[in-house]
Amino acid sequence: MPLVKAGRIVEDPFVRVLDDAPVPEGVPVILPAARLLADARELVLRQAPTGVVWPNDRRIAELAPYLDWIALVALVFPSFRDGRAYSQARLLRERHRFRGELRATGQVLRDQLLFMQRAGFDAFDVTKPGDAAAFAEAVDRYSVFYQPTGDGRMSTLKARLARGVLPQSQREFVS
Amino acid sequence: MYLYDDFDRTLVEERVREFRDQVGRRLSGELTEEEFKPLRLMNGVYLQLHAYMLRIAIPYGTLSSDQMRMLAHVARKYDRNYGHFTTRQNIQFNWIKLEQLPDAMADLASAGLHGMQTSGNCVRNITTDQWAGVAPDEIEDARIWAELLRQHLTLHPEFSFLPRKFKIALTAAAHDRAAVRVHDIGLRMHRNGAGEVGFEVMVGGGLGRTPFIAKTIKPFLPKRDLLSYVEAIMRTYNQYGRRDNIYKARIKILVHELGAEKFAREVEDEWQSIKDGALALDAAVVAEIAARFRYPDYETLEDEPPELSKARNRDPRFRAWLDNSVFNHNRPGYAIVTLSLKPVGEPPGDATAPQMDAIADLADRYSFGEIRVGHEQNLVLPHVAQRDLPALWRALDAIGVATPNIGLVSDIIACPGLDYCSLANARSIPVAEEITRRFEDLDLARSLGRLHINISGCINACGHHHIGHVGILGVEKNGEEFYQVTIGGRADDAARLGTILGPAVPYGEIADVVEDIAAAYLELRERPDEHFIQTVERLGVEPFKERVYAAR
Repeated sequence: MPLVKAGRIVEDPFVRVLDDAPVPEGVPVILPAARLLADARELVLRQAPTGVVWPNDRRIAELAPYLDWIALVALVFPSFRDGRAYSQARLLRERHRFRGELRATGQVLRDQLLFMQRAGFDAFDVTKPGDAAAFAEAVDRYSVFYQPTGDGRMSTLKARLARGVLPQSQREFVS
Repeated sequence: MYLYDDFDRTLVEERVREFRDQVGRRLSGELTEEEFKPLRLMNGVYLQLHAYMLRIAIPYGTLSSDQMRMLAHVARKYDRNYGHFTTRQNIQFNWIKLEQLPDAMADLASAGLHGMQTSGNCVRNITTDQWAGVAPDEIEDARIWAELLRQHLTLHPEFSFLPRKFKIALTAAAHDRAAVRVHDIGLRMHRNGAGEVGFEVMVGGGLGRTPFIAKTIKPFLPKRDLLSYVEAIMRTYNQYGRRDNIYKARIKILVHELGAEKFAREVEDEWQSIKDGALALDAAVVAEIAARFRYPDYETLEDEPPELSKARNRDPRFRAWLDNSVFNHNRPGYAIVTLSLKPVGEPPGDATAPQMDAIADLADRYSFGEIRVGHEQNLVLPHVAQRDLPALWRALDAIGVATPNIGLVSDIIACPGLDYCSLANARSIPVAEEITRRFEDLDLARSLGRLHINISGCINACGHHHIGHVGILGVEKNGEEFYQVTIGGRADDAARLGTILGPAVPYGEIADVVEDIAAAYLELRERPDEHFIQTVERLGVEPFKERVYAAR
């Protein structure tokens, strides 16, 4: 499962630690949510980066107190048809101002990559190698975005105003 | 009409390119059917009993004459020369080949048409009053707000994989013609005590196997907050809606299980965090959208011109049509004309390619090039000068769309049923056809007055049977088609679900039952102008049941 960051396939420096296994020192790790919550006091003192896998049926607000020292949050798409993690991603980025790595995991397919990026993901555990190779093409398919999210792309609502030309109205608009 | 700008056009073209790529990957095997299915559904492509079906969005039911000609072209070139208008103000083509779909979509895109989000677990085509912009009883043109919602919710990155499909309807009129109370979100524009216009927000309505009337969670929402509040509802639903059982995944179940008050609090909390953010609508943004709605250059005319009076007095067939199918316009000297797609013995909502072309020409000549599609599966010419009504009637009559049965017993809403649909348990179209034959006599139909019959071929309720004055639901019993009948449902401001009349009856008897219900009504009504629905509400179901089931 290739990892894509900043548009390129990269090595994953993070090591996944399962349930009660010891946490290795000096190595970036990704922990299960329960482990992070239980051992937060010790984990905050680690020198190497610490990440967490946050399940899609758990409220993001629970994670908020830890976000200033967590390096990575991995959200989960158990199936690509289960879209809960899109909301979690936006809440993390736009409400809680999380600036670390936000990784899409689970069933991560080509035709959802742009939606994920728009929701705030910046790292992708892409399921199929062919989709990882086509990453740049997949996220550049569209040049028009109707709605604003926190991804920095300009929405048409704003773009139209920025263009500054109002079409001729044949009827006065009463607001 | 809403005029597409280069942003709208570019997005539709990019969508077609993306779909062409997806079809290519499906045909080469790169995409499995399981992976492809949600992608094609979100482009309006279903796999039905016989072939692929393509459903085209007609946002809030408004079509230009050129778009209607494009639909005729698609019917001719890629289908079997006809299309089917649906209860979501869309059109469906039933016989399209997968390999040809990208070409059909590219043709449609050239006229600003597409199938985006007409299926799948995303926000579907937003519907509104088919008379929006011309209705005398509206406080403003609801389509501007429907368009703002349409844009905001098109390819929305957060809400394209919801627990289940999501339907929004909007009305700005005193009389609700958009059935907003049976939608996932219903929006009713009204004026508050201070004279400001805003929205009553209702959630959790819907039909299907667990029907609910929507509950009001916000009596008055200021206009500037429309997008943020809808976003808050969607976000709440996306996170907490059930995904463990497809039959419990609609928002109505979440609202029901949490309770409307708790649900409203969740939404309110979320909304407070986003209401003053990027989604707050400033007046300039709304004005920009509103300015791209073009209104006809109406003439200054008087009501009731001499040409009209003369024709009315001369020709009783014209008079019957005028009384039935022509409605008041908000401009003097103009009228709203409904075209019946419910001729006797034909499938409700179907139109042939030649009919579509002819209607497009008539729209150019008599209705400023504009056509509407209503959720009752009829078409509307919204801006007809009253002096042109006699000539228009002759032309409509010649192409078979002037049956004066609007709102009457033969103006039936029906889903495609077992003739086309892979979900159906029973046929709908032949039942509708048979009922129209039984009530072919217009004097009889007129004497029955307003009587809406809605037919669904299965419990998914695409024919909205729960809210028909008479509702007919196809079920399967030991491999045979049976039909369960409800009466007393209604979709308007006093929306309610129908009550079951008695045991289901076999296919061969369903038209007889409808005739017996009509006969019972004629016997039971207090006076000729007491409508069927009023008689049912006054007396309840029992007296109908006694009469209909006495001999069964």
